[in-house]
Amino acid sequence: MSETKIIADAELDTLRCLAGHLIPASPRHGVPGADDPAIFADIAGSMDRDASAVREALVVIDGLAGGRLTQADPVRQAQAIARFRDAHPALAAVIESVVARCYYRDARVLASLGVEPRPPFPEGYTVEQGDWSLLDPVRARGPIYRDAG
Amino acid sequence: MAARNDPVDVVIIGAGASGAAVAWALAETRMRIVCLEQGGWPNPARFPSAGMDWEAQTLGDYAISPNRRALPEDYPVNDDDSPIKIANFNGVGGGTVFYAAHFPRLHPSDFRVRSLDGVADDWPLDYRTLEPFYALNDRMMGIAALAGDPAYPDKEAVMPPIPLGRSGERIGRAMNALGWHWWPSDAAIATREYEGRAPCINLGQCGSGCAQGAKASTDVTYWPQAIRSRIELRTRCRVSRIETGDRDMATGVHYVDEDGQERFQPCEIVIMACNGVGTPRILLNSASGRFPNGLANSSGLVGKNLMLHPYAQIRGHFDDPLDGHRGPPICAWSMEFYETDPARDFVRGYCFQFSRGMGPARTAINGMADGLLPWGEGHHDAFRRLFEHSAGMASICEDLPEESNRVTLDPDLTDQDGVPAPRITYRLSDNTRKMLDHSIARGTDILKAAGARDITVKSPLPYAGWHLLGTARMGTDPDRSVVNAWGRSHDVKNLFIVDGSIFVTSGGVNPTSTIQALALYIAGQIKNRIYDLFD
Repeated sequence: MSETKIIADAELDTLRCLAGHLIPASPRHGVPGADDPAIFADIAGSMDRDASAVREALVVIDGLAGGRLTQADPVRQAQAIARFRDAHPALAAVIESVVARCYYRDARVLASLGVEPRPPFPEGYTVEQGDWSLLDPVRARGPIYRDAG
Repeated sequence: MAARNDPVDVVIIGAGASGAAVAWALAETRMRIVCLEQGGWPNPARFPSAGMDWEAQTLGDYAISPNRRALPEDYPVNDDDSPIKIANFNGVGGGTVFYAAHFPRLHPSDFRVRSLDGVADDWPLDYRTLEPFYALNDRMMGIAALAGDPAYPDKEAVMPPIPLGRSGERIGRAMNALGWHWWPSDAAIATREYEGRAPCINLGQCGSGCAQGAKASTDVTYWPQAIRSRIELRTRCRVSRIETGDRDMATGVHYVDEDGQERFQPCEIVIMACNGVGTPRILLNSASGRFPNGLANSSGLVGKNLMLHPYAQIRGHFDDPLDGHRGPPICAWSMEFYETDPARDFVRGYCFQFSRGMGPARTAINGMADGLLPWGEGHHDAFRRLFEHSAGMASICEDLPEESNRVTLDPDLTDQDGVPAPRITYRLSDNTRKMLDHSIARGTDILKAAGARDITVKSPLPYAGWHLLGTARMGTDPDRSVVNAWGRSHDVKNLFIVDGSIFVTSGGVNPTSTIQALALYIAGQIKNRIYDLFD
């Protein structure tokens, strides 16, 4: 059984709400938010070793929202999230990690960044050699090591 | 009851950087040699860069922390009492599977720190002694370099250097403006076809295994040649302790095989190649009535003098796009602040390892951790100012030996076979803190000269305990060292150590090149002394 199953559906709703606050959609950049159905499905299925910490974070933030984050009004949601990030930076970092590593592999998001939506291998990438003459002054300075045998 | 295997001549424990080198070097002796490795063979087809989740995998099965990975081949490490957390890879190739392939040698002065600077101890050998073994290792690993670096005595470049790219150029111009040394890094990365290895195609994921096979991890360099020379490599075999008999000689090793069967492997010679944490762990776990404080430990120094190379990371962001995650993350180094300068408030020094950018997910995770990337409305604009616009460096600071920094056996934590886990006790010294601060100031100077904005600093970098050194140091005095000048235990005459444990001092550079040169040197000593090896 996947460790992700330890997170109840209601808690996943909290996570989705949180993900939408973390990375909202941007019509200007033409990208979905992290609460987009496809991206969030990826997040929910990819927590791996962080599932326990995510659940802990969701319990904390629901508590800060006075019940369920999803049932709080927008002002109270924002307050709860701000307090969560301020008082629980390690848990907030886990949320940031699980959201970012799925959001930033979505093909739509990568396309908006000018990144080909493919793994590095097998095509690889091109890197410019650079100007090797930049080393001329370094050579001209001569040896800098201590010749200690 | 442990099953007893047929005897062999040599058992090597560990198939990483040094185990592979010593196995290959001893193959010509025609002795029967078996290497026991607790992990399996890496599968390049499964390395992260072959999948869309390439960044996420570096936080999962390909995480550098054994505690995070927690795979069957990993043993837990209690590093709660250290600001620097242990990193490793357990499998054929060892740490070379995950290393950045930054491949500097120690400098001549590193072997004479007591004579030159009045601190720590001199090594019982010098740079000139190791030089031919460095050169041999460079050829075996296939090192990309540019000859003529003024920070070193002359050395051969096996193949052309890795590209400077936009990042290296930007840093290089800044270094020239400051009048400071820099040079393209020696890299264990094939830049052309080399001994069956394909050339680098700039995957950018050296740190989680090279799917292309261009990076020189020992599973693709030494091991194929060693196995063709009839060295036997048994994977998923975890050694728990070394047995001794009459005359204080090792008689063999106890291990658990991949089926969970306890076995005893008799042998004439034991060679340890388990890194600076794994080696003292096994030695301390080999305590017996004759050796109550652990094997080879009459000096009391097994596990002590742990050196980790504290890193400071200094990164900046630029208006122009740079290389991003494309290309080997490393690109150039600087040895400007390597040697002791009496004008500074610390002794010894450090190198800078310059690096390119990161993938999109890592950019986001780090950007949020650094306070440069907000949640909510401003996220997207801020991300676009960071992504593919970053470059920076790590300072690799010389860590001087202190007996209080050590590896012991945890009284409670064990691996899945019941072998006690190592416990790390480690503190930064005042000298190290001053060195880290100096490197942050100079690194900031460099980035400002390069035109960077949004400069961030992490010091010490917590998840950077790669370089595990000093816990079974070499020396001529049995009261002050664990092994002699050619890697043989002072106490147990058929026990050798060839990994980073035997470093006397750490230098301020990545140690793999020196670890392997030492392994080749010790193999040479074993061959030269074969008829009176135990005298």
